[in-house]
Amino acid sequence: MLYREAGQFKATYAEDQRIFPIRQDRIAIALILVFFFVLVPAFANQYWLQAILVPVLIFSLAAIGLNILTGYAGQLSLGSAAFMAVGAFAAYNFMLRVPGMPILVAFVLGGLCAAGVGILFGLPSLRIKGFYLAVATLAAQFFVVWALTKFPWFSNNSSSGVISAQQVKILGYAFVSPESKYLLTLAVVTVLALAAKNLVRSSIGRSWMAIRDMDVAAEVIGFRPMRTKLSAFAISSFYCGVAGALYAYTYLGTVEPEGFNLDMSFKILFMIIIGGVGSILGSFLGAAFIVLLPIFLNISMHVLGDAVPKGLASNLELIVFGGLIIFFLIVEPHGLARLWQIGKEKLRLWPFPH
Amino acid sequence: MQFFFEVLIGGLLSGVMYSLVALGFVLIYKASGVFNFAQGAMVFFAALTFVGVMELGAPFALALVITFLAMVVLGVVTEKFVLRPLVNQPQITLFMATIGLAFLIEGLAQGVWGASVRGLEIPGIQDEPIQWAMDQWGIGISRFDLFAAGVSAVLVSVLAVFFNKTRVGRALRAVADDHQAALAIGIPLQNIWRIVWAVAGFVALVAGLMWGARNGVQFALTFVALKALPVLIIGGFESVAGAIVGGLIIGAAEKLGEVYLGPMVGGGIEGWFPYVMALLFLLVRPEGLFGERHIDRV
Repeated sequence: MLYREAGQFKATYAEDQRIFPIRQDRIAIALILVFFFVLVPAFANQYWLQAILVPVLIFSLAAIGLNILTGYAGQLSLGSAAFMAVGAFAAYNFMLRVPGMPILVAFVLGGLCAAGVGILFGLPSLRIKGFYLAVATLAAQFFVVWALTKFPWFSNNSSSGVISAQQVKILGYAFVSPESKYLLTLAVVTVLALAAKNLVRSSIGRSWMAIRDMDVAAEVIGFRPMRTKLSAFAISSFYCGVAGALYAYTYLGTVEPEGFNLDMSFKILFMIIIGGVGSILGSFLGAAFIVLLPIFLNISMHVLGDAVPKGLASNLELIVFGGLIIFFLIVEPHGLARLWQIGKEKLRLWPFPH
Repeated sequence: MQFFFEVLIGGLLSGVMYSLVALGFVLIYKASGVFNFAQGAMVFFAALTFVGVMELGAPFALALVITFLAMVVLGVVTEKFVLRPLVNQPQITLFMATIGLAFLIEGLAQGVWGASVRGLEIPGIQDEPIQWAMDQWGIGISRFDLFAAGVSAVLVSVLAVFFNKTRVGRALRAVADDHQAALAIGIPLQNIWRIVWAVAGFVALVAGLMWGARNGVQFALTFVALKALPVLIIGGFESVAGAIVGGLIIGAAEKLGEVYLGPMVGGGIEGWFPYVMALLFLLVRPEGLFGERHIDRV
């Protein structure tokens, strides 16, 4: 009854091609934005802002990055965390070594550095596919972490490569309070997510999907595999890089290369599997799910108390993660985003389904 | 020169250990087209179960049998709850499912047996240099490494015979070639998969014993599987022989690289050198040394 587009006529091409063609969607998006930009910072407490919402947003951004590469362009990557590390350390070095560097420009430059590294490690994708490529991206994962630890220049000669992010300052305003950091993260993520949403329905996004669905056929009808695949690697790594910079600057403040390990790459991969491969919305849902799940498990462990054996409890997270991945792949390979889609279809007919 | 040979032989022998893990991957890939990321977790699970059973007071042979049975059960359960529902899905989906499986098995193994590091002794085999080689050529060769090499040689021969000469082996190859055709001529797909996963479990058990005896039974064993990936890339996913040759190449290159190239960049390159090598190798031969060349059709 509420969610029905009957009567919404598209009179111009611009209306036909707009990003959210249904009025209810536009209203919902506006409401969501108002909710997260105005109501959340006004009422949420510090713990929620700092320990939950900021990481969810940052991981959403990284998941969007991986989704562009894996979900849209079909190139499996196990090195997302490495690209995040490149972004974080590049942004740090730009802030450190270039006097008067604006922080947002440093974020972008960090993303661009990650994009460069992404292109470098994406080169093999021209010759190899599938899990051969997955192994190739593992090379990126191990190499980047090693390089950042090994060469003290990257971390300004700090011991074991730990860096402390400089203060975030835009136009003289220092982002110190959790609310301000949250808002900054939210703004960056919103802009980039909208860009991604537009990107995947533009010609470049279509070429990614063509390559994903069948690369030989795509090549035959005139997509250049090199340009398409490398652009996917570059843009995906850019997103991961910016996410990494945010991770260092608005979330943790102090990061070390070892923090961006293989586990983190896997986590980001799990986010897109659970959220939905090939969906921007899914990246958000998946990130929220994966960040909240351990917290939820922790709380339920406390509630259950001694009912669960101690040895099992600490490994429950692993078991639940693994089980969920298998469950989702079997039951709903398109993830939470697909569930939302099904819900929307149902909503269009509600309350008269026949 | 002596030093060079010592490093080379040490590398080759440790490469054999990688091959042991890589073998498990190859087996499953050959038979079901699944790239089983959980192989490392299976190695860990096997080693941990073995040590756990030993701690309960079982003798070596009994523990071996019990662990093998556990691996068979694991294989059967995996087939039933992971592979069967995902049949006909794209390979990438199956690959991701095995990543999930890896987490599940790791969690389960540690949940049941605890997360502490344990030692594992294989009776009669010590990790010490062979005196004879020391006297003769002045090269230190570990007795244990040699033993591991022997074990994998036996394992490979047995597998080769199994694959090429037995009925089940032929059925395995038929399934690997074409699921549907195999089904059509009456090969029971599910049984074949169970057998393959059980055999892979056995290989994981052997690898787990070797690695466990060498480095102690600990969570780091799961990373051994990651080291087996470049081995697979160089050897080719479909080839048992490739797993061995790839393992030797990676083992030797890793050690030689660490000793001769490492100091130039500050050391510690063992972690990524095999991957980068595999990467460069892929650019030249995307299907590996012994892999089957794939022809794409539109």
